[in-house]
Amino acid sequence: MAIWLTKDSKVIVQGMTGSEGSKHTRRMLAAGTNVVGGVNPRKAGQKVDFDGTELPVFASVADAMAETGADVTVIFVPPQFTKAAVVEAIDAAIGLAVVITEGVPVHDTASFWAYNVAQGERTRIVGPNCPGIASPGASNAGIIPADITGSGRIGLVSKSGTLTYQMMYELRDIGFSTCVGIGGDPIIGTTHIDALAAFEADPETDAIVMIGEIGGDAEERAAEFIKANVTKPVVGYIAGFTAPPGKTMGHAGAIISGSAGTAEAKQAALEAVGVKVGKTPTETAKLMREIMSGS
Amino acid sequence: MDLYEYQGRDLFERHGLPVLAGGVATTPEEARAIAERLGGRVVVKAQVKVGGRGKAGGVKLAEGPDEAVARATDILGMDIKGHTVHKVMITVTADVAEEYYFSYLLDRANRTFLCIASVAGGMDIEQVAADTPDKVVKAPIDAVKGVDEAKAREIVTAAGFPAEVADQVVEIAVGLWQAFVAEDATLVEVNPLAKNGDGRMLLLDAKISLDENAAFRHPDHEALVDQAAVDPLEQAAKAKDLNYVKLDGEVGIIGNGAGLVMSTLDVVAYAGERHGNVKPANFLDIGGGASAAVMANGLEIVLSDPAVKSVFVNVFGGITACDEVANGIIQALALLEQRGEQVTKPLVVRLDGNNAEAGRAILDSANNPLVQRVDTMDGAAERAAELAAAGV
Repeated sequence: MAIWLTKDSKVIVQGMTGSEGSKHTRRMLAAGTNVVGGVNPRKAGQKVDFDGTELPVFASVADAMAETGADVTVIFVPPQFTKAAVVEAIDAAIGLAVVITEGVPVHDTASFWAYNVAQGERTRIVGPNCPGIASPGASNAGIIPADITGSGRIGLVSKSGTLTYQMMYELRDIGFSTCVGIGGDPIIGTTHIDALAAFEADPETDAIVMIGEIGGDAEERAAEFIKANVTKPVVGYIAGFTAPPGKTMGHAGAIISGSAGTAEAKQAALEAVGVKVGKTPTETAKLMREIMSGS
Repeated sequence: MDLYEYQGRDLFERHGLPVLAGGVATTPEEARAIAERLGGRVVVKAQVKVGGRGKAGGVKLAEGPDEAVARATDILGMDIKGHTVHKVMITVTADVAEEYYFSYLLDRANRTFLCIASVAGGMDIEQVAADTPDKVVKAPIDAVKGVDEAKAREIVTAAGFPAEVADQVVEIAVGLWQAFVAEDATLVEVNPLAKNGDGRMLLLDAKISLDENAAFRHPDHEALVDQAAVDPLEQAAKAKDLNYVKLDGEVGIIGNGAGLVMSTLDVVAYAGERHGNVKPANFLDIGGGASAAVMANGLEIVLSDPAVKSVFVNVFGGITACDEVANGIIQALALLEQRGEQVTKPLVVRLDGNNAEAGRAILDSANNPLVQRVDTMDGAAERAAELAAAGV
């Protein structure tokens, strides 16, 4: 089953003909993803060859959906054009839009998010500034390397790309149902809470790893949600204990403002609701390993 | 990016919002010229990005140009909570009758923007909200619809602004929203928004943060960066398009991906507790798909920090291929040597993920005495901390 992305998902790529888009389309295909086409109004009607797989280019997301039955779009367009690309996906009412692009102005994200809400949230938006979603062995929408781990029964939700990969690697012998990189921007379309709720409802997920980092209070709110709604075991990891206040640490959203957004506060909130929090990624993996082995 | 008050005043003025006439000076003579232009009594205000400057003596009245020179001389160079004053803003004085509060900001939790307004201004708004929550209005703003006159009037009424200033505040609320959007700000805070003795409203302070992700549509924002206040290593890194933050420790850090690098800092700090309390010296994310050249640039920046005693290169190859990283390290060391720089600081390298075996083999066969390979992140952090402690 996995969450949001399954072997039945039909994926299109907005920005497929660009350098990042074509590189990762090739990788997604190699991972077994059912990529059915791309979108670029200036190249509509053309076909692009990916190592023997010919993919059609459509003028719009709506056209691509009508022709192929696509239900997932992965967006690789540059930051200047990201808002328009997401709005197009929302207008077409596609089920899932994964926004990989880094460096999207927060006014643009706030605007397409408000637009999505006004349209009744028909589209689940993941990102921006995220590595995407991988359901190992089934489908891969984004840039998460497909060969780190196979399928299994752990669910993973993370603000960080490379920490996602690190955790997948640490627990590769157990495997994952779905790994969701929600992104490190101040406003994101899918939160820790959304992923926790989906993993809780997913019969193929037994336990959840949640990776957070400094900035905002998403982890604190996730802790409240876990307390009230999650019965499956959750282990957590928070990055940024040594980050100084007022400095942006790589991710646009990773900043401690005054006393808000510290790693200590997030760890305390999670531990208060019974979530075990590892000091390092390796220790976090060990905590999960203990849960999965029933010890 | 946080702006200085004078930059905020200028920005408000450009957007047609009512502010006091004024200018900014870096020398007492410039202060004289501004005071002469303004005429009469003026205020000289230290420009620092920290609160509490009034109490620290950073805000003074001056009767005319001569006194403005004297006050500027006092304030320039002053230390306010660790911030040296390099600039003063000179404005005409206001005859303040009432002080209010008004701001727009990013509301991460609700994925939208928020307006905060209060008739209790001039004080710390968080304190006002804690003591008298009924005096503070928090109104979510729809990012698509924004703030039009009707929305502004709704906020002004809810906050209880007096009838005689309501129309002016509505106009300011709309104008301030337009400036907030036009400049891609994440915060505009006016405290106080003041009523002058003659009944006119004035924006008497400006606290503004701009979104650096939006720089591509604001070429003018680059000029607002205070180059003098940026760490020289951070400046050099930025010129090379590297994501670098200078910290206070001894272990140089290079990694790929913001989350992994943050995590690396933490793991090194924990290891440092066992090794002379050494700490991470910097944050440096060389990003996904980093090439040998990027690694060389990164190493050069980190090694040029005199506080660095050892370097920890922590890479999980997702898109980045570890053999590229390994080649980058070897090439970077050769490059630095060619430039005549004596590299003596040990490097601890941990490679995992994409092509890790090939990367490790490259490092092993290069057999550089400065490079040590450790296979786990925690183990490598331990070794880097140990080496830094020994080198201190």
